[in-house]
Amino acid sequence: MNLVTSSENGIGIARLEGSLDGKTAPEVRGQLRPFLEANSKMIFDLSKVDYMSSAGLRLLLLLYRELSTRKGKLVLVGISEDIRSVMSHTGFLNFFTLASTEAEAVTALA
Amino acid sequence: MEERIDFYPTHELEGVRFRRGRPLPFGATVVPNGVNFSIFSSAADSCTLVLFRKHEPEPFIEIEFPREFRIGDVYSMIVFDLDYEDLEYGYRLSGPWNPEAGHRFSKSKILCDPYAKVLGGRDVWRAQPDWNDVYQHRARLSFDDFDWEGDTALEIPTKDLIIYEAHVRGFTADPSSKVSAPGTFAGLREKIPYLKSLGINCIELLPIYEFDEWENNRLHPETGELLLNYWGYSTVGFFAPKAGYAATGALGMQVDELKNLVKELHRAGIEVMLDVVFNHTAEGDQRGPYISYRGIDNRTYYILTPEGYYYNFSGCGNTLNCNHPVVRNMVLDCLRYWASEYHIDGFRFDLASILGRDQNGAPLSNPPLLESLAYDPVLSKCKLIAEAWDAGGLYQVGSFPAYGRWAEWNGKYRDSIRRFVKGDEGLTGDMAQRLQGSPDLYWYRGPSASLNFVTCHDGFTLRDLVSYNGKHNEANGEWNNDGSDDNHSWNCGWEGESTDPEVNALRHRQMKNLATLLFLSRGVPMLLMGDEVGRSQGGNNNSYCHDNALSWLDWDLVEKETDLLRFFSMLLKFRHDHPVLRGSRFFEHRDYVGSGNPDIAFHGTRLHQPDWGGKCLAFRLCGKHATPQDEDIYVAINMFWDGLPFQLPRPPEGNHWRVAVNTSMASPEDIFDRGGGPQVNSAEVIVGGRSIIVLVG
Repeated sequence: MNLVTSSENGIGIARLEGSLDGKTAPEVRGQLRPFLEANSKMIFDLSKVDYMSSAGLRLLLLLYRELSTRKGKLVLVGISEDIRSVMSHTGFLNFFTLASTEAEAVTALA
Repeated sequence: MEERIDFYPTHELEGVRFRRGRPLPFGATVVPNGVNFSIFSSAADSCTLVLFRKHEPEPFIEIEFPREFRIGDVYSMIVFDLDYEDLEYGYRLSGPWNPEAGHRFSKSKILCDPYAKVLGGRDVWRAQPDWNDVYQHRARLSFDDFDWEGDTALEIPTKDLIIYEAHVRGFTADPSSKVSAPGTFAGLREKIPYLKSLGINCIELLPIYEFDEWENNRLHPETGELLLNYWGYSTVGFFAPKAGYAATGALGMQVDELKNLVKELHRAGIEVMLDVVFNHTAEGDQRGPYISYRGIDNRTYYILTPEGYYYNFSGCGNTLNCNHPVVRNMVLDCLRYWASEYHIDGFRFDLASILGRDQNGAPLSNPPLLESLAYDPVLSKCKLIAEAWDAGGLYQVGSFPAYGRWAEWNGKYRDSIRRFVKGDEGLTGDMAQRLQGSPDLYWYRGPSASLNFVTCHDGFTLRDLVSYNGKHNEANGEWNNDGSDDNHSWNCGWEGESTDPEVNALRHRQMKNLATLLFLSRGVPMLLMGDEVGRSQGGNNNSYCHDNALSWLDWDLVEKETDLLRFFSMLLKFRHDHPVLRGSRFFEHRDYVGSGNPDIAFHGTRLHQPDWGGKCLAFRLCGKHATPQDEDIYVAINMFWDGLPFQLPRPPEGNHWRVAVNTSMASPEDIFDRGGGPQVNSAEVIVGGRSIIVLVG
């Protein structure tokens, strides 16, 4: 799992690459935590995430919660069709705003 | 206190760190930095925890519980630093091999935890298992952290329930369902709008506890068709949902997928009831596999003969020892888990009479398990419904130990209504009881104790009930020897599918007659999946082994059978609109509100002269006795082959009778929206042969 973070116009962007699962999720969480605290508007670009396990989805929900309690907003970008359908079947999808591109996500956060 | 001071490892083996655990709760529980494993065995000499990485053929470690890790008969251990998602665990138990004394320990077997909340091994429905795997049903950890967002059990009053009995896979497996994930919990979720528009408010799911669809699999000797355990009345793990029923089973996310289904059904106002099988397990008799219970504590989990063989009150090889205190607690823990963790609204207990047998198999007058379930604080709002018989000869319809809580599948209702509608004579008296909620059976319990049904998964579908005189189970490969011969069915003049319009019209009418009586009866009506669109199984009355179009719902019927579907959905609405049909008390046959009419009055073709030996029956319900107050309803039932005039009682003062239902008429004249039917001003009405008229005034 590779994670790159940046901030643009008051929006924190986290670009993830690889698999988000039980092995990588704790590490990603550790890396994202300070970044999350510094930003209330967030974009997670998952277009290069090829696999997301249950632990990965749980991490997303956890981060969403942390942001929500601070009245923050989160948009997920570029989720693959497979991951999207898993999220739909299991109910995770209900919690998130999705966008196909980062530009679209910026509009959704405006 | 932020952190516990005792959650640190005291032991280490091959780099895996662990310590003594906590005996309760049983099962595998995530604790800070680790997992607490706890398992009971009263007769083992030793116990070993076996840990696998997911899907790996060999364990990565086996840790024998040190003596000091056992308290009483419970072995417990906390193992640290595990990858929860990548873990599978099992046990080896060492103990005596002495079948005559009830012991069948075998240390060579790896056994799954009776409290396992997730089971792998059959992750994808019908995927060929690895038969060489040393551990077939692999226990995994459950997160149990689903976000319910305020959802709770719906607690719909039992008297108001309309139950739809459905098979998770069969409901959407057919390509005609056009759902994104056919045959799964997710597929069912996509069809919630259909259920809502039909008007049911409770769905009863055939077994969804983990079972092995490959159990007793075989090829049909002539057709070569693969026959499986499709129904699933054979539990592998009581706490684990069937992975193969989840579109996400391959990812191990069946828990979330099922919970999401329950949440969405609740949002639509539909309760979820589970058909639960506690009468036996999938381990079969002495020739069966070691899955869990047999190798953990055979003598505790099963009812055994004095020679150490398995009593077979279930007809499936073994009998769970439900009234052993430890097994009783397991059943309680299990149901509490489903009620609290999955928000399940009720349970239907398969062959429930077994739950009332003692440890030698004798029926108990005051069975502790049934009593515990009835008074359990967590289950107190859950519906408890018994299939009040077993395969060992107990038949307790009307006498199941109820403690004021249990309802029953009313087998007598099914038999009476079938016989009456097919035209048997002398059943009007019996039908009068059934229509009232069977006060003859449940006089001390109320009509909600009566689960009324005409058809269920086990037996003919509604269409087959009016299309076949006898069963046609050749496709089961058992030379038509399986399945019931006691169907009380009538083919309306031709065996099987017919092109004769008269035969088909009569069948249509008979289906409507059966449905009308079912939804006019006091008690709790249950509808079998697909009956509302005339689903046929080609005369097969025991489709347990058919994972194919024979069992699946053909969604094209929704377009083809619009007339029948319209009739059913409007009939369900009629029941919903009329509280006088759904009272929670029995009728008293007297006027206790001063309306001038008794709460119920029976008639025949002539007023006040019911013909208790014939084929016709009429009754009038007084709406002023209902809560809230309702209109009056008059029902004339003519099961004679020709039309007959029925004298009408006077409508309530200032009102007229209007037709609500007339099964002799073609759609859309067969059933009307509220107040939309023609007015009846005459003193009598002609009821067509084998037809029912319902008037409202």
